[in-house]
Amino acid sequence: MIEFRNVTHRWSGVELLGEVSLRLAPGTFHFLTGPSGAGKTTLLRLAYGELVASAGEVLLFDQDRRRISRDDLARIRRRIGIVHQDCQFLDHLTLSENVALPLLVSGRTAGPEAAALPELLAWVGLAPRAEARPPELSGGERQRAALARAIILSPDVILADEPTGNLDWEMSLRLLTLLVELNRMGKAVLIATHDLNLIRAVKAQVPARVLRIRDRRVQLAGAEL
Amino acid sequence: MSRRPPPHPADGRADRVVPPSGFTARLTAFSAAAMAFLAVFALALALAAGRLADRWQDALEGTATVRVSAPPDQMAAQVRAVLGILAQTPGIAAARALDPAAQRALLAPWFGPDLPLESLPLPAMIEVTGEPAGFDSEGLRMRLAAEAPGAVLDDHGRWRRPVVVAAERLRLLALGAILLIGATTAAMIALAAQAALAANRQVIGVLRLVGARDAYIARAFVRRFTRRALFGAAAGTAAGTAAVAALPATGEAAGLFAGLGFAGVEWVLPLTIPGLAAIVAWAATRAAAFRLLRELP
Repeated sequence: MIEFRNVTHRWSGVELLGEVSLRLAPGTFHFLTGPSGAGKTTLLRLAYGELVASAGEVLLFDQDRRRISRDDLARIRRRIGIVHQDCQFLDHLTLSENVALPLLVSGRTAGPEAAALPELLAWVGLAPRAEARPPELSGGERQRAALARAIILSPDVILADEPTGNLDWEMSLRLLTLLVELNRMGKAVLIATHDLNLIRAVKAQVPARVLRIRDRRVQLAGAEL
Repeated sequence: MSRRPPPHPADGRADRVVPPSGFTARLTAFSAAAMAFLAVFALALALAAGRLADRWQDALEGTATVRVSAPPDQMAAQVRAVLGILAQTPGIAAARALDPAAQRALLAPWFGPDLPLESLPLPAMIEVTGEPAGFDSEGLRMRLAAEAPGAVLDDHGRWRRPVVVAAERLRLLALGAILLIGATTAAMIALAAQAALAANRQVIGVLRLVGARDAYIARAFVRRFTRRALFGAAAGTAAGTAAVAALPATGEAAGLFAGLGFAGVEWVLPLTIPGLAAIVAWAATRAAAFRLLRELP
């Protein structure tokens, strides 16, 4: 679904990622680790097409990112659920409106996904906060809402950047359980995190590959994980 | 904290995704209102200038004067001769020698009503009314020179034509002013839209993240600005039309300004201004939105 073929990305002449080859196939679960500034977020942005690789090929659903039109990229993004590090909400809309935003922009406001919105909010424990505005939410609530928004269109791929950064351990596990369930349904999942306990908890449930970014290169992590 | 009823996701109003922005909203509505107000006056001026040009043109083509200068004892014979020539000239519907009372009335604005005409060596005046097809003024001039040497034909062209040209130029200027007003409206609304778009980069980023196409994002802004321009222009048009209607009646003495305003079906024309402003706002906002969206990664 998403494939990196020998991808290098530079910004202002500085190499941020080099020679990355990676394939997010249906049903795969990947973790991406590395210190802050290693390039995890850059790799995710390449994976959902926000950035265009300086060299190599990024294939999004078998299409070379360089040849994808703006409209087609928008349609592809509906097949990729993205949980951003800083969540990114529209503060003038309520939480449920924010979660339903992918439905609104894709014109699916009358389908089964829309009908399932209350259920989804309840599932992430935010039903009582449906009318709250994003600034009124705690960090954990924002991240759960971001996850709900990312999966409301039942995407084929889920990319999450530090999705449990503001969550307590119990909520982190709940969220990961959800991601594992989605993965078992055939979704490809890629999570950027440096929480090793989290990685171990998931690896106990599903076979997950752990990738580490070191010196701008992506490597398969060792057996300690 | 104020609460609203839980929103249903089946809410198709795309422009809701754009946060309300007071400053650009007020700027757009105010610009559209002010420009529509000015456009009403420019339209009234264009129509008045057009009417004036037509009126003068009709008068220019329809009438002429023959001035007869002769010694007092030959004056009556000369006038008779000229009237005879005029009666035989094709294209002339009527010719009438002005009597002393009519001449006195003509001169009264300059010399007062008690002018002793009989003591002044004034020429006789013959008022000529042409047929709609007109007459050959050059041929008439040559015949008068041959048969009534003291008679001079004045077809009013020398002094009326510049006035007609001036009125036509004024009409063009007023129409140019309307175009300028339209262009200024477009520029101001485009600037306001661009400011709103730039201020909402984060909103655009979120919308793109969840799969919104550029057309969807642009539409959200375009709808909002078009509506603001429409309402602002409607208010400006209403105020401008009311102001034109309230202009005091000045009578014929005011010349151009006597006709400043709308007549008959012309009152419908200002109603097109809000619609045109909305079209201008739609095009300007759409162009600004797509330009900015292309620039954003």
